[in-house]
Amino acid sequence: MTDLSMPHTETRTQSATGKIALRWLLYVLLGLFALYYLMPLFVMLTTSLKSLEEIRTGSLISLPREVSFDAWKTAWSGACTGIQCEGLRPYFWNSVLIAVPAVAISTLLGALNGYVVAQWRFKGANIIFSLMLFGCFIPFQVVLLPMARLLGMMGIAGTIPGLIFVHVIYGLGFTTLFFRNYYVTIPAELTKAARVDGAGFLRIFWSIFLPLSLPIIVVTVIWQFTQIWNDFLFGVSFSQAGTQPVTVALNNIVNSTTGVKEYNVDMAAAIIAGLPTLLVYVVAGKYFIRGLTAGSVKG
Amino acid sequence: MSEWLENHLPKVVLAPSFIAVLIFVYGFIGWTAWVSLTRSKLLPKYEIKGFIQYERLFDSPRWDTAINNLYIFGALFIVIAMVLGLLLAILLDQKIRVEGAIRTIYLYPMALSMIVTGTAWKWILNPGLGIESMVQGWGFTNFEFDWLVNPDYAIYTIVIAAIWQSSGFVMALFLAGLRSVDGEIIKAAQVDGIPTWRIYTAIIIPSMAPIFLSAFIVLAHLAIKSFDLVIALTGGGPGYATDLPATYMYAMAFSRGDIGQAASSAMIMMLVVFAIVVPYLYSELRAKND
Repeated sequence: MTDLSMPHTETRTQSATGKIALRWLLYVLLGLFALYYLMPLFVMLTTSLKSLEEIRTGSLISLPREVSFDAWKTAWSGACTGIQCEGLRPYFWNSVLIAVPAVAISTLLGALNGYVVAQWRFKGANIIFSLMLFGCFIPFQVVLLPMARLLGMMGIAGTIPGLIFVHVIYGLGFTTLFFRNYYVTIPAELTKAARVDGAGFLRIFWSIFLPLSLPIIVVTVIWQFTQIWNDFLFGVSFSQAGTQPVTVALNNIVNSTTGVKEYNVDMAAAIIAGLPTLLVYVVAGKYFIRGLTAGSVKG
Repeated sequence: MSEWLENHLPKVVLAPSFIAVLIFVYGFIGWTAWVSLTRSKLLPKYEIKGFIQYERLFDSPRWDTAINNLYIFGALFIVIAMVLGLLLAILLDQKIRVEGAIRTIYLYPMALSMIVTGTAWKWILNPGLGIESMVQGWGFTNFEFDWLVNPDYAIYTIVIAAIWQSSGFVMALFLAGLRSVDGEIIKAAQVDGIPTWRIYTAIIIPSMAPIFLSAFIVLAHLAIKSFDLVIALTGGGPGYATDLPATYMYAMAFSRGDIGQAASSAMIMMLVVFAIVVPYLYSELRAKND
């Protein structure tokens, strides 16, 4: 008996140490990957706090010897985007002026559309929804040329209202999809019962559906805000000097060829441009991920 | 009148959005398709001349480079992001204590603009002061890493940055998939003494086939539309070594003043996207209606 059990306990302890080693390996691997994802942010941050002299002589990943916020000041209010040297500030506000109304309008329309498609099914509603859904997936290159002409004809080419218009139009597919998928889970009996009680289309939406919608409103607002804030293609195609969003201005600062290349200013500008969406992600990451996966994972 | 309105209000509410989509999506696609069949240069012309723009496109060495780059970039980006995403998801699925924090770290690049990502990696990969000079500073004076400015390798820097940006997202997709696998089956397999890696390869991963498809669709879609990252990281250069269809289209439309070429390249992009997305959406919609 003992002869038989001895090797058995030995393998048991071996597998126990094996398990602990494996556990360690797991955490080391996860830690290394975390470093990989954090490294660019770390490099951006430290570079933005160094002087140009230190950047030239020091190493990419070394901490700044002397912390200086000069680069941040220049990036915000002095860096050159071509001929103008006002920093990112005016363009940052352009992005705010574009994003806030565009997010609000496209979310509201998405809620109404989703409500109709999910709860007031009429003949053809599904086809309409499918057609709108396909619109989410087109590469926007295919609408750039006619949109540029249309904005010109409407007299809003190169203006902020023009960019708001574009973002609302091409955000509708996604916002409708989000609300539709949320509202189909609400039993149709609820609408029926409310109608029996004499409530109309808008009243049911306002008093029953909207109060239930907070989670999906948060998801949609975050999704739209991230999309619009981070947009570059529409921003670069449909803006002119003075109305560019922050992403376009950042790219202009980085690629501006006048004077000495100020890497610390580039990095500070990049962080400033990325900060709003990063903050949203840190504060409401759960909803951000839900938006990202909404279209791609069923159920 | 008011009763008619009440009965038709759902349609009235949906109509503006639907009409907008009809015009600004389908109408505009039609416009672009039409113009791609004309001799439009700086200004659009509407007289149809056949497929000359497409002939010019396929004869153009620059477009050739853009398509080749799309193959290289797309294949590497999709495969590596999926493998890395799956690996991270499996690692994170082992009852990790600080899972929430780690997930947050892996996924944050997805919240950033591609322009921010491109700016960061442009600095990191900068041969003079970035990784190359850092490793040389460690004593490896022969170390060379000049991919960013090397026409033969610059496209791989876009792969590097794109994977950094998107692999966390793929991880989140796969993690959700891993969590949705029926726990009973896994428990039964564990009771039978089947080793963990076999449980993954034989039970869990095969049951996630729909998620692989979703991830593939999303990544392929991202790859074809890639524009900002190229602009921020390499500007399409050196020369046009890192051009992708999206940057080719943009250059033709807004700096070369060649609307015919811009329209035809946009149409090709759209056909590629549709070839990938339409069968997927069709099956999704059918599955939902069943």
